[in-house]
Amino acid sequence: MPAIVLSPSLAAVTVCVYGFIAYTAILSFTGSKMFARFDFVGWRQYERLFENPRWITAIENMAIFGGLYIIGATCLGLFIAILIDQKIRLEGVFRAVFLYPMALSFVVTGVIWQWLLNPGLGLEHMMRSLGWESFTFQWLIEPERAIYTIVIAGVWQVTGFVMALFLAGLRGIDTEILRAARVDGAPIHKVYTRIIIPALRPAFLTVFVIEAHLAIKSYDLVVALTKGGPGVSTELPSTFMYSMTFTRNELGVGAASATVMLVSLASIIIPYLYSELRNDRHA
Amino acid sequence: MANLAINHVTKSFGSLAVLNDINIAIEDGEFLVLVGPSGCGKSTLLSIIAGLDEHTSGSITIDGDPVDGLEPKERDIAMVFQSYALYPAMSVEQNIGFSLEMSKMPKAQRLERVSKVADLLQITHLLKRKPGQLSGGQRQRVAMGRALVREPKIFLFDEPLSNLDAKLRVEMRTEIKKLHQRLGATIVYVTHDQIEAMTMATRIAVMKDGILQQFGTPEDIYDRPKNVFVATFMGSPAMNLLPATVVGETLSLKGADAVLPVPASVVAPLTEGREVLLGLRPEWLSLASAGSPSGPSLPLLVEVIEPTGPDVFAALRAGEREIMARLPTGTPVAPGQKASFAIDLSKAILFDAASGVAL
Ligand SMILES: Nc1ncnc2c1ncn2[C@@H]1O[C@H](COP(=O)(O)OP(=O)(O)OP(=O)(O)O)[C@@H](O)[C@H]1O
Ligand SMILES: [Mg+2]
Repeated sequence: MPAIVLSPSLAAVTVCVYGFIAYTAILSFTGSKMFARFDFVGWRQYERLFENPRWITAIENMAIFGGLYIIGATCLGLFIAILIDQKIRLEGVFRAVFLYPMALSFVVTGVIWQWLLNPGLGLEHMMRSLGWESFTFQWLIEPERAIYTIVIAGVWQVTGFVMALFLAGLRGIDTEILRAARVDGAPIHKVYTRIIIPALRPAFLTVFVIEAHLAIKSYDLVVALTKGGPGVSTELPSTFMYSMTFTRNELGVGAASATVMLVSLASIIIPYLYSELRNDRHA
Repeated sequence: MANLAINHVTKSFGSLAVLNDINIAIEDGEFLVLVGPSGCGKSTLLSIIAGLDEHTSGSITIDGDPVDGLEPKERDIAMVFQSYALYPAMSVEQNIGFSLEMSKMPKAQRLERVSKVADLLQITHLLKRKPGQLSGGQRQRVAMGRALVREPKIFLFDEPLSNLDAKLRVEMRTEIKKLHQRLGATIVYVTHDQIEAMTMATRIAVMKDGILQQFGTPEDIYDRPKNVFVATFMGSPAMNLLPATVVGETLSLKGADAVLPVPASVVAPLTEGREVLLGLRPEWLSLASAGSPSGPSLPLLVEVIEPTGPDVFAALRAGEREIMARLPTGTPVAPGQKASFAIDLSKAILFDAASGVAL
C-alpha cells in the first residue's frame, strides 16, 4: 500500500529532479547554443566558462556573499537567540518580530532594501532631510560595495529564522546542566563557550545547510535588489547561469555553470551530513 | 567535611509558599535524607542549600558560617543531579575535571585528581567517552565523580538513583553508603523512596507540603513517628491504623468488636470516649502460639497470603477492618483460617483521630 501511494510522487521526483539534473549535466558536454543539441564537445563548455571574466566575478561574489551571509546570519541569529533566552518579557513579540522577514519572499525583501538603500529614496535621503546634509550611503550604486548590500538584505531576512532554530536548541538544553555549571563555578561566558554552544551542534548543522543552500539559490534577491549590477558587480553564479541560458543563447555554458554549482554544493554538504549522521549513530 | 544548619528557612514563589519554617541541623559526617511525596519541596530545599535558589527568609550556615547570598561555588558544595546533568559535548574526563579547570587548577594536578576519582568509581576505561556513549549507571557514576573530585565540605544529591533500574538502584545505594563511610563526608540526599531513606540515612527529615513533619534518626522515624503521615509514609506495607475509642484503660476497636489495653507508650492522660487511631506496623503482629497465651491478642480471619521470600504478608480481617501482618516464612497460616494473633503493644502507637498527632 505505501508503495502504491508513494510511487507517483517517486516517479515525478525521479523524472523532474534527478532526470533534469542528468539532462543538464549531459547538455553541459554539448555544443548547445539556443536550443539543445547533442553534439558532444567534451570539456569545451567548462573551459569557456572559466575563461569568462563574468563567471570569475560571479564566483568571487559568491565567496564574499556566501561567507559573510553564513557567518553574519549565524552569529547574529545565535546572539539574538541567546538574548531572547534570558527569560525576557514579551519574548513572544520579539520572536515574531524577528521571524517576520522570513515570511517575505526574496523579491519583496529585495525591493524593501532597494528602497532603503537607494540614495534618492531611503536612508541617505532620510538622514539628509533630517539635517545631516553630508551623509552619504551609496553602496547600492558603488560597484565595489554593491555586493555587501545583498549581504545586508540576505542576513536581515534569514536571521530571524536562524534565531528561531537556535532558540529551540537552547530551550532543549536541560536546565539542570546550567545549574550544574553554576555549582562547578563556571562564569557565564564559559558556560556558553564550553557547554551551551557545543551542545548546539545539531542546530549549527541545520542552520549551515539551510544558509548554504539559500546563499547558492539566492537569485531573486539579487534580481530585485541590484539586477546583478552596477555592471556585473553583483553577478552571482545563479544570475550568471540564468542570463547565459535564457538571454545569451549559451545553453551549454549555462548548463556547465549549473553543474559546477551543483557539484560544489554537494561537495560541501554531503561530507558534513555524512559525518554528522555517522556521529549520531555512534552517540 | 562540615556541619550544616538550616534555620527557619521559608521559601515562596510569589504567593505560593513552598517551604515553611524549616529547621534542620546535622553534624559533620552525617547522612541526611530529605524524603517526602512529590512536590513537597525537597528539591527546592536542596537548591537553597546549594545556593542555586534564594530563600525568602531564614538562614543557612555551613561550619557555623552563614552562607546566605553566596554563589554555589563559594559554598564549597558539590551536587549530583537527578538527570545527571553531564555536559554533552565534553568527554567524561573533561566533565569530571571541569570544576577544577574553572578554579584554575594546573592541568597535571587536575588530571591526577580526576584519575584518582575514576579509579575509586571504576570508570577509568570510560574517561575518553562522551556522555552520550554511556549507560545510565555509568552516567550516574560520572555524575558522582564530578562531585567527588572537588572534595567539598558537603555533598548534595537530588534523587540520584531514580533513573536507574531496580537492581542497579540497590547496588548503587550500597555503593553510595560505602563511599559515605569511607570518606566520612557530610551528605544531604533527596529521595521520595522511603526504603532509600531508611537504608542510607543517619538522619531523616520527612516533609510534606513544604512543612517538616519529623526530623530524627531512622529508628525514631520508623518506631516513633510523630504523626499519621510519617507513620504511613515510612514503611512498606504501611502501618495499620485502627480507629478506636477510649473506654477506661482499654481501647474499643471500631467495627471489629474487640478490645485492647492502651499501649504503654502513651503518657498523656486519655479522656473517656476519645477517638483515636491505633498504629500497628505489620511486623508487630504474630501468630499467637498455643503455649504462651500471655499478652494481648486479636482473633483474626486470614484472607490473603503473599509470600515474598523471607516474609509472608498476610491480609487479615477483623470485622470491617483489614490488617496487614508480616509473618516469618513458614508460619502455619492459610487463607480462610481463623487464628489468634498476638500484638506487640509495647511498640504500638496511638494517634489522635482528628489531628493525626501521636499521643
Ligand atoms: N520556579 C517555580 N515557580 C513556582 N513554583 C515552583 C517553582 N519551582 C517549584 N515550584 C513548586 O514548589 C513545590 C516544590 O517543588 P520541588 O521541586 O521542591 O518538589 P520535590 O519535593 O522535589 O518534588 P519531586 O519529588 O517531584 O521532585 C512544587 O509544588 C512546585 O510546583
Ligand atoms: Mg525534586
